[in-house]
Amino acid sequence: MENSKFFEMRGIDKDYTMADEAVHVLRHIDLTIREGEFLSVLGPSGSGKSTLMNIIGCLDTPTAGRYTLKGREVEELDEQELAELRSREIGFIFQNSQLLPRLTAIQNVELPLIYAGIGGRERRRRATAMLRRVGLEERMDHLPTQLSGGQQQRVAIARALVGDPSILLADEPTGALDQKTGRQIMALFRQLNAERRTIIMITHDMNIARNATRVVHIIDGVLTEGGGTADA
Amino acid sequence: MLKKIRGTLMMTCECVRMSMDNIRGNKVRSFLTLLGIMIGVTAVIALISTVNAVSGSLASSFQSMGVGTLTVSVAGNNLKSGLTSEDLEQITDLDEIVGLTPSVNVSVSSVSYGSKIVTDLTVSGRNAYYFILNRDMVLQGRTLKFFDDDSATSVCLISQDAVDAFFAGINPLGEVIYVGGLPFTVVGRYEEDTGGGISSIFSGSPDILIPYTTALRMNGTDIITSFIVYIADGYSSDAAETALSDLLDKIFEYEDDTFTITSMETVENTMETMLGMMSSLLAGIASIALVVGGIGIMNMMLTTVTERTVEIGLKKALGAMPWQIRLQFLIESFMLSMLGGLLGVAAGVGLSMILCNVLGASFTFSGSAVALGVGFSAAVGIIFGYAPARKASKLNPIDALRSV
Repeated sequence: MENSKFFEMRGIDKDYTMADEAVHVLRHIDLTIREGEFLSVLGPSGSGKSTLMNIIGCLDTPTAGRYTLKGREVEELDEQELAELRSREIGFIFQNSQLLPRLTAIQNVELPLIYAGIGGRERRRRATAMLRRVGLEERMDHLPTQLSGGQQQRVAIARALVGDPSILLADEPTGALDQKTGRQIMALFRQLNAERRTIIMITHDMNIARNATRVVHIIDGVLTEGGGTADA
Repeated sequence: MLKKIRGTLMMTCECVRMSMDNIRGNKVRSFLTLLGIMIGVTAVIALISTVNAVSGSLASSFQSMGVGTLTVSVAGNNLKSGLTSEDLEQITDLDEIVGLTPSVNVSVSSVSYGSKIVTDLTVSGRNAYYFILNRDMVLQGRTLKFFDDDSATSVCLISQDAVDAFFAGINPLGEVIYVGGLPFTVVGRYEEDTGGGISSIFSGSPDILIPYTTALRMNGTDIITSFIVYIADGYSSDAAETALSDLLDKIFEYEDDTFTITSMETVENTMETMLGMMSSLLAGIASIALVVGGIGIMNMMLTTVTERTVEIGLKKALGAMPWQIRLQFLIESFMLSMLGGLLGVAAGVGLSMILCNVLGASFTFSGSAVALGVGFSAAVGIIFGYAPARKASKLNPIDALRSV
């Protein structure tokens, strides 16, 4: 029972008003994820997958429906509580790594810990450990511009993991990488999943989505539990 | 609770570090922005401390003129063009007045010592009472005594200028100089009052002082037209002025415009009020510069928030609370403004030193002006930084990240 409340969405709607016209971006999404799953959300651009990611990541709230994360009703939370939940439970990975350009690799990794109120030495220890985990220990004092795209994405993964979140939420994590680097990053994802990390990955690429243990499709805001085929 | 305080403190330190990075990363723009605050603070501090210094030196020169004196100048009427020694005795007899000093200017064509002749020296007669009140001005020799007044002796005190003109390398005491053809024995040397003391009230600082009775005799008259009276302890300037005015009215038979009495106290009060008004007026104008500087900071912070939308969104996605974002931007504008304020304090102190030097007032470091400048810039940083910080903290992380 407790396990089913780890991640549960029931009847999630999201509407936007654009030029006086209501746009239904998400329609009645039901989704349950168990701890330790590696889920791909596969869909073409404009399918609503980014909106879904924002709601999953507690960056946005649904227009209707219920979203339970670690037993908390997300749609009832205010801005402050959303920030706290985000800080504790979600690790974000963005398409183009989104590192702060003036900070070194380790400073970027330390960022979530700063906002979580963790002191300097402990912060450094954890960030170093996480950079070691993604294989970038020797490059921790490099600026993002001194790192390759794949390395930058690894720093971003370390940054997402450093707060030990319940869910790793990745938005097109290989979108800006070449195929080979992309495969390396996917290998890292699978390893992390093997270490019982829960991963939700948003992508439009079937080949990338295939790395997950479970794939769901989203088209025009409607979510369907996926087989092996994709039309994207 | 303790943990929360520690957390806030730590966050503040982090924000200070991040802000320093940002300010350093935008050196030119940061400097131009804080220039506004700097100029404002410089102006406020320079104006306040200069006006303070000037009013301080004015006050001290009034002190040396003696508050507690009244300056009287007599125009007289057709029947009576000035006061006689008897009139002056009547004035001295007033309860409110302890004494007076007449000033009798003598115009002489030349003053000579041996073969040296100087034509442009001023000669003025004083009484013993003058030197009782201005004992410090005599550098060498003796002052004029009451017997000099009583017997109109031929003695004089000479200024340093006159000493230089006649007695280079010679002790002037005991030497005889010829003033308008009459021999005077030099009995003392005095320092010209440069600070606008009593002597300057009587038509500048004379070069040679002689007993007033001798001066009257040289002028072939017994009429005194200008003098200072000293108010007795325990009497107000107003009371003394009223008593003196009544007496002079009686002497001049109530005719208008026969004399004027100037109270140093009134002059000083007027000056003080004027300086105070000027000071607040100037500070008001200078604080406009501070407000403009504050608007500059606000403008830059708003621009920064817009520019750093992605950074803010990202930080929010990484778990930054709204208050943490707000704190960061508030600290950034605070530091920017404080930096401007501190530079302004340094420049303001420097500028007021220069201004005091030029105006001949003695500079005193005004702690309150510095505190005002620093406090003002801190307040400006917080007040004008608040709106941009609030804007940053309210930024929707989705919109922020979408603009990638």
